[in-house]
Amino acid sequence: MADVMTRLEPNTRAAARGLSDLSIRNLFIIPTIAFLIVFNVFPLLYSLYTAFTDYRASTSAPANWIGLANFRDLLSDPFIWRNFTITAKYVIISVTGQVLVGFGLAMLLNRPIPLKGLITTLLLLPMMLSPAVVGLFWKLLYDPSFGIINYFLGLGKFEWLADPQVALYAVAIVDIWMWSPFVMLLSLAGLSAVPKHLYEAAEIDRAGPFYTFFRITLPLVAPILMIAIIFRTMEAFKTFDHAYILSTQPTTELIAIRLYKMAFLEWQTGMSSAFAYIVLIVVVAITNIYVKYLNKAKAR
Amino acid sequence: MARIELRSIQKFFGAVQVLKDVNLTIEDGEFVVMLGQSGCGKTTTLRAIAGLETVSSGTISIDGREVQDLRAADRDIAFVFQSFSLYPHMTVYENIAFPLRAVGMSQDQREAAVREVAKVLGIERLLNRKPSALSGGDMQRVAIGRALVRRPKALLMDEPIGALDAKLREQMRAEIKRLHIARNSTSVYVTHDQIEAMSLADRIVVMHGGLLQQVGAPEEVYNRPANLFVAQFVGSPVMNVSGVAIEGGAGAAVLSFGQGAGIPVAGGHVGHIPGGKAVKLGIRPEAVLLRHEPGEGFVETTTTNVEPLGSHEIVDVRLGETTLRARVEPGFVADGQRVWVGLDPQRAHFFDGETGLALRRTA
Repeated sequence: MADVMTRLEPNTRAAARGLSDLSIRNLFIIPTIAFLIVFNVFPLLYSLYTAFTDYRASTSAPANWIGLANFRDLLSDPFIWRNFTITAKYVIISVTGQVLVGFGLAMLLNRPIPLKGLITTLLLLPMMLSPAVVGLFWKLLYDPSFGIINYFLGLGKFEWLADPQVALYAVAIVDIWMWSPFVMLLSLAGLSAVPKHLYEAAEIDRAGPFYTFFRITLPLVAPILMIAIIFRTMEAFKTFDHAYILSTQPTTELIAIRLYKMAFLEWQTGMSSAFAYIVLIVVVAITNIYVKYLNKAKAR
Repeated sequence: MARIELRSIQKFFGAVQVLKDVNLTIEDGEFVVMLGQSGCGKTTTLRAIAGLETVSSGTISIDGREVQDLRAADRDIAFVFQSFSLYPHMTVYENIAFPLRAVGMSQDQREAAVREVAKVLGIERLLNRKPSALSGGDMQRVAIGRALVRRPKALLMDEPIGALDAKLREQMRAEIKRLHIARNSTSVYVTHDQIEAMSLADRIVVMHGGLLQQVGAPEEVYNRPANLFVAQFVGSPVMNVSGVAIEGGAGAAVLSFGQGAGIPVAGGHVGHIPGGKAVKLGIRPEAVLLRHEPGEGFVETTTTNVEPLGSHEIVDVRLGETTLRARVEPGFVADGQRVWVGLDPQRAHFFDGETGLALRRTA
């Protein structure tokens, strides 16, 4: 690292003011580090501490150290496991849907078509919206009596959000609508980076469209597609806003919603900190599996 | 193996016409080199044969079957790209096996075919490597291997060794020639390098401005250029070209280079040139003769530059308004020295001053 730093020319203004290389570096770095410590590191460590206590932020009672009791209670609570199951199902549906729709759109856009720039921009709009706003207007779209979705699909008074069997899918559809453009954008970058001459070579080698897709396109786009999947999985695990607004069904209670209720409605601050740590460990573990695959794909 | 016929091929890119009525027949087993500057249409012609480019009009037949409307995949030809175009995520083995897998050949047959072609090209030890771990020459061997493995009807090569360094180019040139002789596949090879063209081709096709300038054996293109473009494009150093006036009659004539400088030639050598026409003389440096003493058909001059090239030297001499370049033995003459210059009239070429077309002896 030291090699990267350059020496100050003796007659520059910074040198005249007596600033050394080191002090200039510190000037840039210290504010960021301070910010990270106050807003990231401290809450992380403090919540780790509260995870081992019976602390409740709603009372002035002092926190008592209770060891692993919170973790034990959580992991033996069947309702929490239910939340995890719902979330896993939601993540699988949502991320799979986003990859299929996003990659499909990217394939469609990765060819000379008129108004390509405009179409791409319009397709990107959903992911620029606030998730809470998206939740609110999809609630209107899903409405059984005047919602436009039932009208267009001819489903009559179909209950998208009130039906416990359907509500999770309805929430996932919103997530797919909102975040497919993200997968599309990354896939498009990946697809346009595949050199055209490889397709010409494949054509000469008599490869059909499917063979070309599975043997040339997909392997070459895989690393960037994997990055999109990692991001979307992490985000889907954290889904809160639109899911909370759309449905109050127990069948759509994702871990983020359960966590919110535990922390801010039931004020079990210690317990919810422990819960948050469990979620963090799960997300890190899943991400690590993906990263392993990503490295494998890159090595190819 | 196949016979390829191009009939009245035209190609437009927007308003720009890049191929103007190209007619060419490539015989079965023949090695044809398309030679020309960049932008002359040679690569477009090759890509049109391959099916990577559509043609605006005209027909392309392979073995008598019209293919201009078929996809590249349905023409059964192989193509070697200048950029090699190896699949970066596959090993050398998988790259060479790709065209066989694409058509569903069994694994045993694939294995045998890949091993055989790898042996011919001397790349057996590389089969498990990725293209990124190969040198330029090896990448090109793999690209050629991938083209040859399925025994295509014809092998098309687009400046396949243009990206390699000079020494490797020479080596690969010899390998390509050896492969062609061994396999006798119909080959079309595009290059801008006339040395490649001369050394590889059964026939050279010289292109310029979307038109075929001359089609012929290397010796023919070199010794009997059809026009000024071919004369100057083929050969190194470049052929001397100079406007001359032909004075005198049937017995003896003088080629006048202006300012009173003229070289006498026997009338028989210029008798076929119609009088009163602007004429250009083209003469290769090896047909410009220098000697240290006066002689019949030689005129006195001084050297103005000597370029030593090891095996020979190129000497510039002034003749009237022209500078002629002569090829001589090393150390034959020094810069600024007095010499006598003459021409070998047998090897003198005359061109129409306006059209640039060769004025040939009818006999």
